[in-house]
Formats: sequence, structure tokens, C-alpha cells
Amino acid sequence: MSPVEVPVEKWTGKKSEVTLGGTGGRKGITVGGENTLPFLKFEGTIPNKPAVAIEILDRKPDDWSPHLMKVWGDVMEDTGAWAKKAVEYGADIVTLRLRSAHPEAGNTGAAEAKKNVEKVLSAVDVPVIVLGPNVAEKDNEVLVAASEAGKGQRLALGNCEEKNYRTIAATCLADGHVAIGHTPLDINLAKQLNVLMSDMGLSLNSILMDPDTGALGYGLEYCYSVMERLTLAGLGGDKMAALPMICQVGGESWRQKESKAVDGVPESWGDHEQRSIVWEETTAIALLNAAANIVVLRHPKTVEMVKATIEKLLSA
Amino acid sequence: MALSGIEIYKFLPKTNCKECGFPTCLAFAMKLAQKGVELSKCPYVSDEGKKALEAAARPPIRLITIGDGERKLEVGNEVVLFRHEKTFFHPTGLVVRIKDSGGDAAVKQAAEAAAYSVERVGMNLKLNGIAVENASGNADTFVKCVEAVKGNKVPLILMSKDAAAMEKALEKVASDMPLIYAATKDNFAQMAELAKKYKCPLAIYEPDSLDALADLAQKVMDTGVEDIVLDPGARDFAKSLTALTQIRRMAIKSSFQPLGFPVITFPGEGASSDDEAAMLAAQQIAKYAGIVVLDNFSSSVVYPLLTLRLNLYTDPQKPIQMTPGVYEIGSPKAESPLGVTTNFSLTYFSIAGELEASGFPSWLLVCDTEGLSVLTSWSAGKFDAAKIAKSVKEFKLADKVSHHKLILPGGVAVLRGELEEELPDWKIMVGPREAVDVGGFLKKQWTS
Repeated sequence: MSPVEVPVEKWTGKKSEVTLGGTGGRKGITVGGENTLPFLKFEGTIPNKPAVAIEILDRKPDDWSPHLMKVWGDVMEDTGAWAKKAVEYGADIVTLRLRSAHPEAGNTGAAEAKKNVEKVLSAVDVPVIVLGPNVAEKDNEVLVAASEAGKGQRLALGNCEEKNYRTIAATCLADGHVAIGHTPLDINLAKQLNVLMSDMGLSLNSILMDPDTGALGYGLEYCYSVMERLTLAGLGGDKMAALPMICQVGGESWRQKESKAVDGVPESWGDHEQRSIVWEETTAIALLNAAANIVVLRHPKTVEMVKATIEKLLSA
Repeated sequence: MALSGIEIYKFLPKTNCKECGFPTCLAFAMKLAQKGVELSKCPYVSDEGKKALEAAARPPIRLITIGDGERKLEVGNEVVLFRHEKTFFHPTGLVVRIKDSGGDAAVKQAAEAAAYSVERVGMNLKLNGIAVENASGNADTFVKCVEAVKGNKVPLILMSKDAAAMEKALEKVASDMPLIYAATKDNFAQMAELAKKYKCPLAIYEPDSLDALADLAQKVMDTGVEDIVLDPGARDFAKSLTALTQIRRMAIKSSFQPLGFPVITFPGEGASSDDEAAMLAAQQIAKYAGIVVLDNFSSSVVYPLLTLRLNLYTDPQKPIQMTPGVYEIGSPKAESPLGVTTNFSLTYFSIAGELEASGFPSWLLVCDTEGLSVLTSWSAGKFDAAKIAKSVKEFKLADKVSHHKLILPGGVAVLRGELEEELPDWKIMVGPREAVDVGGFLKKQWTS
């Protein structure tokens, strides 16, 4: 019988490559550059593996799961120590969320942001992502301060949103950083924001897309399909869809009831700690298979498992 | 691939003899394309034409049924590689394997797995069956274990490479339509005989290559067995993703019949820990497994996997709708805040997630907007003051909350005046436009 002839897609496009760090004595990590679907090495090349980031805050969180509080412990009191511990646990990238700048969580300003970014930058030599509190005016204030504090270190700063991207994109351009564009689960909005940001002068090697993450059970299927559609469009040659994607897996999965609720949950949910971790792991592996290039995680066990899995997926 | 009427017409005698009951061959062809009539009505169609038309009408991945009765498992019949292209139709079967050498503990685990059920968005999610492996190598032990598990009334997979042991087990449970696992290149003739004799579906195992797998599938098909499940033996993350993607593409893009069957996987054999097996199972649910056989039953792993399956097998054109009603977030009391939203599941989950995270136990009134989001349903006239007021009354919210305050989504602030007229005893508050701001809004604005 004739041998099986597997259909191999001839993709014309490929993802742009984005490098974080790699200057000013900081290690560099490059993501993107693949011209095939996730992990399918039989039909294309995957020059860079997906990266794993750990999310830390600039203050001790007051609403995190007890299992996260337990595993991180005292380092949560100190941003620099927390960053260092994250690298010990295997983070390729440290993601610092400037939570304390949120009006409900301290309303700190530029000075505090600068101080915390500097702390993280001096504590670790891996690339650093800085996220604002997701409130437009405060994002602009603290991310500009973060940008200046990290000048020459090629950070990634986010989020740029459709209604609030100019200030952040401009400061990234001025200080040589990568900008993260976030859009709500919509392929056209994602592409449009990429167009707007690149019109300001940011190259396609300086933009990461956050197409919005839905955790397992909380909209994962929307995010999964938006990411698959963006990836197929990008491989088909649409450059504005072919940017590396970053997914906030940890933040989204650990805020759901399955991870957060300690009491009063059905017995059929099983052991709380394992369920929470598997929730995060499952969200991560599903989105990696939908072409995520950076997954931002919270639990060290998930980090260990996801990193090992990425190696295995690329080992063949 | 389905043929058009014109394509079918080419295979007909074109004599317009009317014996099929249609005035012309073309009219008959058109009806055939709509599947409104059987090809056998035409007495003159050639064998070659029959074969071509049957092949064209065949689904690219054969639908396989395992078990019978209420919990029978149907897998296969998929038509796309990506769910957004249409949908995935038959959710991956999740099965728990026990070994016949495991004694009472194994039988107990099987019973627990079979009885497991977890509720999510109004649905009861369950596992799909039990696989019994003849690990003891002893036929009597195997039969005893299979019989002990049979009473759970869930689909069974019988795992033995010994045809004699398989037949002994089939004598006891064949009427339950178990999946026979597995025919190999060495034993396929005997296993195919058993599959035909007992009318059960047959899995084939061939790890050497897809060529060898297709070859074995063809040999089994040539014996007359039609219901086949494929095991390409690709156990680890990379091999599984590659093999399952290639098999799916061969079936759907090339209509290659020998690989046009559902695939069975064993994530526990490709992983070095329970967490890793869970992640591999998750990948296989996303990427093309028809049946995933787990080696352990643990609620904290099974619940996330069942949830993932539910997510990915949801029809993207028909998003899950929440049942309209009042939902309790946390354990709300009479003085807890009350918000209103639509029954689009993603809207509901966004708001429910934020309320959960806010630390405010709350009531959430979900109106029937036919699964549309807030702004879409508002502009379509399906989320207006009259409907909200009607829901408030229908679900007797005046008895549930003492404060009589209702928080409206910020996106439809314009409804406030009208709603105040509809609900004169209520105070209408305008909440934030975005779900993410719900926590901040409550902290700042909420006093009961």
C-alpha cells in the first residue's frame, strides 16, 4: 500500500520576533519567529520557544489564594526579594504588576513605581515586564516612570488599550522598550491596535499582543479560538496578525472561584490545592497549543510543569 | 466530502426512466444531495457509481459508538481542524483505566469514576467509561474483573492482547458493546474475528509509523470490520501532537479512509507525574483525541479536564447561554448588592468573576437576552427596561433583598429613567461599563 502522504501546509507568513532584555547587562529572551502552528516542527521552523513569566506585585496581595500566599511566603513583603525568588523558581521573565498604583489599592504614583522597578531590575538579570494597574490615567503615570527607570533595559510595558495607547507606546518608543497591546477577545480589534501602535513608529519587533485571556471555565474557548484565528491569519501572510502573543494565565485562573474559594465548594471539585494548580496548568497548556508565546503564571509548581512540557513539545 | 446534485448526476444512468419515482435523473440527484432519498431507489446505477457515491457520503471520521444505553459514548464524525471553522461535534470520551491485578481497590476506583458527576453551568459533567486492562495475564482474573465493573453500566474498554482472554470476557459483556483493545499486526486476524462475531468496535495499535497504522487499518477493514479506533502509540507530548494532527489532517483534508477513525490516547504512559498526565490529557482534548484513557481517578484533575472539554466542544456559533434567574455569588444576604446582566455566558462569567474577586457576596439577576451580550442585546431590543422590570418581578427580588437597589450595567445607563418608571419602589444605580471595575465600584458606592 502506498505510504501515507501527510498534508503539509505551505504557510507564507511567519510571526515577528520580539526580544526582551538583551541590553544593559540583562539576559535577552526572544519569542516568536515561527512559521508553523504551535510545536508542529514537521512543517516549519520554530526558532524560539515559548517563554514562561512569573507575575509578582509591588505590594503584598490581600486577595490571593492561600495556596499562593503559602508557597511565596515572606518574599511577598519585598518586591526585590520576590523577583529574585521568582527567578529561582525558573521564571524566564519577571512580570511586575504595579498594583499599588490602583486607586483602590494604595493609589501610589510615579515615585513608588520608579522605586519598585529599580528594585526588580537590580535584583534579577532576566527580562522584566511591567504592567500598570489597568486604570488609564494611573497606567500612563506609572508606566512612564517605569519606562524611564528601565531605560536601556528593553522592558515590556503594558497595557496599551484602544482608548489609551499613545502615552505608553510613545514612552516605549522613546526609551527602547516593547509595548503590550491588549484587546478584548476580538481579532479585528487586535489587528487594529497593532496598526495604530505601529503607525506611531513602533516596529513589529517591539509589540506584543495580549488578545485577552479567559481562564479554563471562564471564557477559555473564546480566547483559544481568537488566538487560533490570529495565528492562521498571520501564517497566511497578514503581518498585523503575526505578532507574538502574551497570555495572563496565572492572574485569570487564580481569581476564579475554583482557585479562590476555600469553603463551601462541592466535594466533586476535589482537593483545593491540586485543583487550583491543575486549573492554571490546563489553561496554560491549552493556550500554548493555541500559539501563546509568553505565558504569565503565578504558582511555582505550574512554572516547573509548564517549562518541562514546553521542552518536551519541542524535543522531537 | 458531500457532493452537489450535479456531481451526483454524473454517476446516474441519465435515462430518465422514472422508476425511482422522480421525473428525471437530475431531479433524483438533487434529492439525493439533500439526503431526501436513498440511492437504492435507482435500479440502474452502476457498481462503480454506487461505490463513488457511498465514499462521498461517508463522513471523514467514522462515528464510533461504545457501550449502549443511556451513557453510551459516541466519538468521531468530526469535520474540522479548528473549532472556529464550524464546531467540534462529539466531545472526547474521558475514560479511567484499572488493572485486573488491582483487586478490590481497582474495582472500587472504577465504581467511583463511573458515579462521578460535577455540575457546571447547569450541566452535569461525567466521565464516559472504564477500561479494564488484563495486566495479570490471566484470563480468569480478567473476566472476573470485567464482570465486577460491568454493573456500573458505563461503556467498557477491554484491554488484552491475548485473543483467548478477550473472547472469554466478550462472552460475558459483548451485549454491552465494549471497545476491544487492541488488534496488533500479530493478532489482528483473531481480534477482527472477535469484533465481527460479537459485533463490537475494535481498536488497533501500531506504533511504528502512520504508514504501518494505515496498513493495519486497511487489513482490518478488509476482514469486514467497520468500527475502528486508532492507537498510533504516540505517547509523549510532541509525538502525540504530531501524530494526532497528521491523522486528523489525513482524514479531513485528504479523505484518507484508513485513518478516518477516532484516536485513543493514554496520557499516563507519556507522562512522569499526575500533573503532567493531566496536562497531556488536556492537550489531547484540544488536539484531536476521540478517547482519552486516564490512569488515575482524582476529582481535582478530572474536574478541570471535564471543564476544558466542555469549553472546547461548545459550538462557537451557539455560545452557552445561562439559564435566566437569580445567581448567588458567594453567600449573599438580604443587604448584599444586586446587579443585573444578560444571559450571554461570557458576560455572566466576566461579572461573576469580578464579583467573586471583589469580596462582596452578591445577587446577580440574569435576564433572558437569547445569549447576547449587554450592548448587543440592548441594541437588538432584547435587554430593555420592561424586560428587566419583568425579571425583577418574576424572580421576586423584592423578597430577596431588603434595600431595593438594582445596579445596571454602565453600558446601558440610558435605561435608568425608564426603569425607574417601571420599578417605582426601586432605586436604580448605574454601575461601571466594564466588568473589571465592578470591585472598585462596590467599594466606593455600595451601602445597603
